[in-house]
Formats: sequence, structure tokens, C-alpha cells
Amino acid sequence: MTDRLAVSIKGVSKHFKAGVTALSGIDLDVRPREFVSLIGPSGCGKSTLLRIIGDLINPSEGVVEVNGKPAPQARRDHDYGIVFQEAVLYDWRTVAKNIALPLELLRWSRERRTRCVNEMLRLVDLEGFEDHHPWQLSGGMQQRVAIARALSFDPALLLMDEPFGALDEMTRERLNMELLRIWEASGSTIVFVTHSIPEAVFLSTRVVVMSPRPGQIADIVEIDLPYPRTADTREEPRFFELVTGVRERLAGRGAQVEPELAEDVP
Amino acid sequence: MTVALRQRAVDWGPPLAVFALGILAWQFLVVAFDVQEFLLPKPTEIAQTLWDERSSLWHAGIYTFKEALGGFALGSSMAILVALVFAAFRSLGTAFMPFAVAANAVPIIAFAPIMNNWFGLLNPFSKMAIAAVLCFFPVLITMLRGLTSVDPRAIELMRSYAAGQGSTFRRVRIPASLPHLFAGLKIASVLSMIGAIVGEYFGGPTTALGVTILNASAYTNFSLAWAGIVLASAFGILFYGAVALAERLTTSWDPSRRAFHAE
Repeated sequence: MTDRLAVSIKGVSKHFKAGVTALSGIDLDVRPREFVSLIGPSGCGKSTLLRIIGDLINPSEGVVEVNGKPAPQARRDHDYGIVFQEAVLYDWRTVAKNIALPLELLRWSRERRTRCVNEMLRLVDLEGFEDHHPWQLSGGMQQRVAIARALSFDPALLLMDEPFGALDEMTRERLNMELLRIWEASGSTIVFVTHSIPEAVFLSTRVVVMSPRPGQIADIVEIDLPYPRTADTREEPRFFELVTGVRERLAGRGAQVEPELAEDVP
Repeated sequence: MTVALRQRAVDWGPPLAVFALGILAWQFLVVAFDVQEFLLPKPTEIAQTLWDERSSLWHAGIYTFKEALGGFALGSSMAILVALVFAAFRSLGTAFMPFAVAANAVPIIAFAPIMNNWFGLLNPFSKMAIAAVLCFFPVLITMLRGLTSVDPRAIELMRSYAAGQGSTFRRVRIPASLPHLFAGLKIASVLSMIGAIVGEYFGGPTTALGVTILNASAYTNFSLAWAGIVLASAFGILFYGAVALAERLTTSWDPSRRAFHAE
């Protein structure tokens, strides 16, 4: 059971009512402790695929298993945490109570919740902000609360849908490093949706390149940069080679770098 | 602290000045153009009558305010309950809401004489019933909008935590609906005073404020009629203020409030 897959996707397709095929014939395995990014142009179905893994929507065809269980069962077992592009914090709850919300639903005792919340605040570097309300925090801080909330109940799998897409570049790069630190500390598996090529390369063990109409997996790129990755990683020649490699695969195998896709970096 | 006080003075200064100037202008114009008392009494005369008749006016005001309060409590709580049911069972909501919206456009106050017949002229419940029906629709509509217009991702998150419908209502939908609910309650607080007083215009005990105003104008005691109107306005404004205060205390977290106040 030790080599049980974190996520196993077999033959998944998704058709929407309007006759749109969002996903077609997706096969993907994610091993435990992997950091897998899904990247592709708008409309390639990467967010749809993430929602199917998280049992927020059902696939039209195919099977998704999380930790060897069907996705709905994994959801009921609290096997994964979700982070969206916006923090989606509950405005009426303080930072501490936002982080504690999943724990309340798990019926943890008050002391256990408090202990966990304090640990999470330390992990995302927000100690001293526990009694603040969301409106008192910056966008980057709100997103860190959302990450803390998703990690609070120690889910084996973290699903992230463009979590840093709404942030400025500097905040984004800092949170990228924090996320890697958190990932290494927590030992969880991450499936990460992004439209930024450098972000995908910097974070991931593997980058899944998707193509649109219908959404399919075009290629998978192994990222062989060693961990821990630092600000210097972004300067290494190998980093640029991999960024170029992913960009070429996004444009179609072997094609030249297209300026539009190069502009994709915010 | 002093900065906060100064800010408060800046916020309240202009409206208070407008109020004082308005009263002064009223007094001046009535004197300058020798306006007859039956058209418009002087503010000083109204104030004198308010003081002279303070005991009977106060009791009449309290009597009528109790009717308004009872109607507000009854109508609003029914509306909140129905909104919760409609939000929980969407098909029910879709079937009934068009009628609720249509009913909200009906001049419900026209039913006041009917209510007086149903429950009895002298029974305060007849006025409470009018106030309750007036309060019901705005609260129902705003509360239901609050319960159903929650960020869909907030609901998806609850789904990802395997939360049931009850838990999602208690932890997300109901708190998220509070700012909407208070918008409805503020409208209802004003409507309940109108309902009670207009209900009394169609008949009620002589101890009621609406009947006092009606009789005073019938017997050409215009300064008493105006004193009654001033008292009714004061109760209405205080009631509205109390609801607004409750709103401030319970929804200080609401970012849209912050944005508005920051302007």
C-alpha cells in the first residue's frame, strides 16, 4: 500500500450541456509527495480537471481515485484541501476561526483546534494576526490564510486553482517559495493549476501541458531541478531551458516560441 | 481618540446645521408671511404643545409604538423563517417568489380596514397585523437574496469539507445573509410605524397616537396634530436607529460597509 497513488485518473472526459467538450480522454497518475502543475491556455479544462479530482463536479466518463478511493469517498474522508484564485475567506470569521472552520466540522476539541491554528499561523508566518478579520489583511496575507485553512486538517492532497494568479509578481514569487517550504514540511501532495510557465517550472516535480478544444494532455515535462529551490534557481540555465521546453510544448511540439505565449508571464 | 471625536463632529456637523437652519427658516417664514395655524403652525407652538400635552402624547406614542414593534417582530420573524425554507427547498422558492415580489408591489396599507374588521377596531392586534404584513415582504425578499447570493466557491469549500446542508446554512449562508437582512429590517422598521399609525386612522382606541392626530385635526387643534406627527417621527427615527445600531454591532466585518465608510 505504500506505493498507492495519490491521484489516479483513467479515461476522464467532461461534456457540458451546451455541447462543449471540456475534457477528453485524460489519463494521469500522481504519486504521493509529488508537486504536479497543470498548465495550458484558457479553456483547456485545467480548472475543470482539478474540480473533478476534488469531486466538486462529476466526470461524464472515466474514473478518478484519490488515495485508492473513489473521489466522492475521498472528499467525505477529508482527504484533500482546496485553495482558489481568490482566498474566499469567511468575512464574518477572524483569521483564527477561518483556519479552524474545517476542524469544527471534524468535531475537534477546542484545545486541539487552538493548538493546530497556532501551528498553522506559524507555518504561514501570520502569528499575531489571529484576531484580525479578512478585510484587515492584504491580498497576499488573505491567500496565506486560505492555504493555512486548506492545510489545517493535514489533508494528504492539496488542490490549488491558480492560487497566486491575482497577486503581484513580487508577492507571487515570495509565496511560491513559502509554498515549497510548506510542501516540504507537511509532506502532502499538490496538484496546482497555473497559467504561468515560470511558476509551474519553479514549483513542480512534473508539469502537465494541456491543449484546448477539447482539453487534452499534450505532454508531461519532468522538472529535474534539485530541491530546495531558491531565488537562485530562477537564474540557472537549466531553469530557462525547462521554461523554454514547456513553452514550446504549449505552442505545439518542436514549434518556435510564440510571442503571445511568452507574454503569458504576468 | 480625539481624532475619532473630531471625525464624528465633521460627520454630524453639516446635517445638524441643516436641521437647525430648516427649523429657523420654518419659524421665520410662518411669522413673516403670517401663515394661518391650520395650514402650518410655528415650530415654537408645536414644541409648546408637545410639552403641555407630554403625558397623554407619551402614552399614546408608547401604545402605538408597541403595536409597531409587535408587528415588526411578528412579520420579520415569519419572513426570516419563510426565507430559510425557500432557500433550503429551491423549487418551493421558485414557485412562490414571483407572488412574494408581486405582493410587495401591492399597497398593503389598503387592507387596513379589512384587518380592523377581522381582529376588531380596539384590538391592538389589528394594527400589529397590518404592520406585520407590511414588514413581511421586504424582509423575505432581502433575506432570501442574502441566503442565495453567497459566493459559489464558499459553498464549494464547505462541500470539500464534507459539510452537510444544515452546517452550510449555519456557518455560511446565514452569516453571509446578515447585511442583506438588515437592509430589509431597516425598511421594515419604518413600514411598521406607518402601518400602525395608518391602521389607527381607520379607527382605534383614543389612547392611540394615530387616533390622537386624526381627532386633533378634526377638531382644528392643529398644533396638537403636528405635535403627534413629530412624536411619531421621533419614534420612527429612533426605531430605525436601533436597527441600524444592531446592524453595526453584528456586521462590522462586512467589507462593503468598510468600503462605503472609507469614501
